[in-house]
Amino acid sequence: MRKGLSWFNTTSIVLGFTFLYLPIVLLVIYSFNASRLVTVWAGFSVEWYWKLFQNQQLLDAAWVTLRVAFLSASVATVLGTLAAIALTRYGRFGGRMLFSGMVYAPLVMPEVITGLSLLLLFVAVNFDRGFWTITLAHITFTMCFVSVVVQSRLVTFDRSLEEAALDLGCRPMKTFFVVTLPIILPAVVSGWMLAFTLSLDDLVIASFTTGPGATTLPMRIYSQVRLGVTPEINAACTILIAIVTVVVVVASIITKRQEVERQKAERLAAAG
Amino acid sequence: MSTGVTEKTQTTIGGIRRKFAPWTDPAAVPLIRYENVSKRFGEFVAVDNLSLDIYEREFFALLGPSGCGKTTLMRMLAGFEDPTEGRITLAGQDLVGMPPYKRQTNMMFQSYALFPHMSVWENIAFGLKQDRMEKGAIDARVDEMLKLVKLEKFAKRKPHQLSGGQRQRVALARSLAKAPKVLLLDEPLGALDKKLREETQFELMDLQMKLGMTFLIVTHDQEEAMTVADRIAVMNHGKLVQVAPPAVIYEQPNSRYVADFVGDVNILEAKIEAVAPGNVSLYTSVGGGAKLSIAQNVEAKVGDSAFVAIRPEKVRVDLEPPAWQEANCLRGEVWDIGYLGDLSIYHVELEGGVRIKAAKPNLTRMVERPITWEDKVWVSWLPDSGVVLTS
Amino acid sequence: MAAKAPGRWMVVAVPYLWLLVLFLVPFLIVFKISLSQDAIAQPPYEPVFDLAAGWDAFKEAFSQLSFENYSYVLSWDNEFIEAYGSSLWIAGISTLLLLIVGYPIAYGMARAPKSIRPTLLMLVILPFWTSFLIRVYAWIGILSPEGLLNQLLFALGLIDEPLQILATDTAVYIGIVYSYLPFMILPLYSALEKMDETLLEAAADLGCPPIAAFWKITWPLSLPGVLAGCLLCFIPAVGEFVIPDLLGGSDTLMIGKVLWTEFSVNRSWTVSSAVAVLLLLVLVVPIVFYQNVQAKEMEGR
Repeated sequence: MRKGLSWFNTTSIVLGFTFLYLPIVLLVIYSFNASRLVTVWAGFSVEWYWKLFQNQQLLDAAWVTLRVAFLSASVATVLGTLAAIALTRYGRFGGRMLFSGMVYAPLVMPEVITGLSLLLLFVAVNFDRGFWTITLAHITFTMCFVSVVVQSRLVTFDRSLEEAALDLGCRPMKTFFVVTLPIILPAVVSGWMLAFTLSLDDLVIASFTTGPGATTLPMRIYSQVRLGVTPEINAACTILIAIVTVVVVVASIITKRQEVERQKAERLAAAG
Repeated sequence: MSTGVTEKTQTTIGGIRRKFAPWTDPAAVPLIRYENVSKRFGEFVAVDNLSLDIYEREFFALLGPSGCGKTTLMRMLAGFEDPTEGRITLAGQDLVGMPPYKRQTNMMFQSYALFPHMSVWENIAFGLKQDRMEKGAIDARVDEMLKLVKLEKFAKRKPHQLSGGQRQRVALARSLAKAPKVLLLDEPLGALDKKLREETQFELMDLQMKLGMTFLIVTHDQEEAMTVADRIAVMNHGKLVQVAPPAVIYEQPNSRYVADFVGDVNILEAKIEAVAPGNVSLYTSVGGGAKLSIAQNVEAKVGDSAFVAIRPEKVRVDLEPPAWQEANCLRGEVWDIGYLGDLSIYHVELEGGVRIKAAKPNLTRMVERPITWEDKVWVSWLPDSGVVLTS
Repeated sequence: MAAKAPGRWMVVAVPYLWLLVLFLVPFLIVFKISLSQDAIAQPPYEPVFDLAAGWDAFKEAFSQLSFENYSYVLSWDNEFIEAYGSSLWIAGISTLLLLIVGYPIAYGMARAPKSIRPTLLMLVILPFWTSFLIRVYAWIGILSPEGLLNQLLFALGLIDEPLQILATDTAVYIGIVYSYLPFMILPLYSALEKMDETLLEAAADLGCPPIAAFWKITWPLSLPGVLAGCLLCFIPAVGEFVIPDLLGGSDTLMIGKVLWTEFSVNRSWTVSSAVAVLLLLVLVVPIVFYQNVQAKEMEGR
């Protein structure tokens, strides 16, 4: 029984991962294509990367995107963490239903609705649209993702650690900063990373809420993609993929190494 | 509670361990007072109008099944819960409404709650730092604590680099560092294996004597409570059922609940036939009907129904009717024998179907049992071995 | 808890207020505008509530509210109803496909040796970290008439003329399945991984063959994950805009795309608001359902 299953499992994993990765791999390969025709291989070239670095519009857009992502992820992390604490620690409070509704809804809300509604808000209060409106919009929808990530850490958090700190004379606020926060920090950091990537990635909400002078990278890529596939975009995508891959792989290697050290230490302790 | 007997036993049995019984001294002022304390969580009543005094230097145990309110009672003292009604005072100071970080109590948690991101040293120093103690004094105090729990070599380790027993000792050191007025221990030894637990129980008693501190322990393990405590409070459904030294709890339980919860016990239904000072005569219909005689003062009337509780180690099993006494002899048949090594437990089925347990120490290496399955036997006990319970 | 710090209420109040102002209020505005009339002005709709104008102006504005946009959207003459229907249909089929594709992968991962599970998990999440747009874009190069898929089939001699996949509904299905796959796999995986493997051994021991054991034990126990995964994919897929726009054809009707067109091309803010309100009404049942699943999951732990 085990053998048969494992054959099935292996096949489904291999096919699944092929499906997930093949398109990306092809995209990366064709970014090194010498031909302007994306689908005909005409030899290896890094020409498109050079062209890319001369494309000022694209570089400007990348810079705007990074700034928005950094700022919105940071604010969203603070707000999302507060929301997570409120939902896991405050028991029943007035309006809790509405609050948790507002935290979970954006996770599945179609982006067109979120985008449209935020735009109409900014118009209604006569807020100049551009960098700041995109940032505000991104904070709003990414904080909910942060909140879910932090919440799932908080529910498994041993409350007696906080009680121990209080018991030893530490005030609640300080307890949060010296005990709770350091322990949930990995979750907060991955919440930040998630918010950062979501913001980098967002096209629809940014398109709704932007104004003159603030074009993000996805918006720029999108307008070029609509005109057809170009190797330049392939190159841009490859660079983004490379950055993300390096960051994620390094992060996971670090956590893995910590885990290994931890296990080694535990084995040492168990041995005496 | 039949007070006359209880008082006498307390002074004698309590005195065997050490002469310490402030609860018998009307002039003694309790350190901790629970006054008509209730705690409700919604509909659920965790602690029900309970009053209790605990004295300085006492090792006091709260014993009961899970959900009996013992942990809530302790957490109210630490400040993690506020009583719904009533008052709690510590050294005369009203604690209600005072946050945990201002109370002079410290707690050792069941999970130990060691801060995983801090070293052993930092964990122990944590409470001292909150008091803004100066650096030199903190160093000295932490070193003293490390020495006390014999962990000098482990100061720089993180909690996950320690064994279970070592973690337990760090947790103890951390809660002792601030020299609290009361040390609260919430199932402190639950995570240790049996052997280590027994060792640690004696270490705890030793420490408590040496430091002269008041310890309040919560446990569901009756052996643990019996071993460490000066007094035990047996709890059920948010109420105190009996508060007394371990030997009194065991030998003079005030109810079937206590008799049954602490140790193994046989309980027989009986009717009171005569009440004299220091003696009760009863009649039970089990075992073909028999007269029972128990050396005890009981406030009850002739004709009342009552229960006779008798511990298995106090029951004799003989093949012949015991000639030396008339009362407390019942006929039956050996239904089963459990061999435990040090003891053998005889389950004797009395006429009428009631079973009674008798524990017999195996004094010699066993070759063949003199009494075996399906033998007709007599079970008996001495008048001062049993207890009459009216509730 | 007895400890009541003065800053305690701030923890709730700050995110609460933020979401009220930037999540709830915008919806009310959308709702209001959906009841207004188009106007050639900036902003391009009336009435505009002007708080400075006082109560009478407010009442005046209120009396001008109209359901014209809704009757416009809900009229059979326009393609909106069709678009809602086809969005739900495409999202439904895609969700089903996602489940069929995602379940074996999640199952394989959950039964893989413990040591490689974190790596597999990371490999599922990794594409999610790369841009959504890039992932959709990658398929254009594969599916286009002169694309890699057609080249491959051509080289294998399976086809004589290129298949038209790009700019059809098929391409939209592929795009949705591809982009949403991690969202389906993750909840399924966490449900399957939690399952105690000795349950299957117990079933086998009691005489249940593996395939029956799957349907009687594994599948029912994984239902919470199935539910969460399906909702997590279905709801956003209904409102999807980028995938039908880039991979779908001109006849691919999806409400997200229609809303976008109505907004940016026809510049009718009032009609797009009405479309959004109706879309939300369509999705309110699955969204509330999803929230209950989420909240239960959080409290269960």
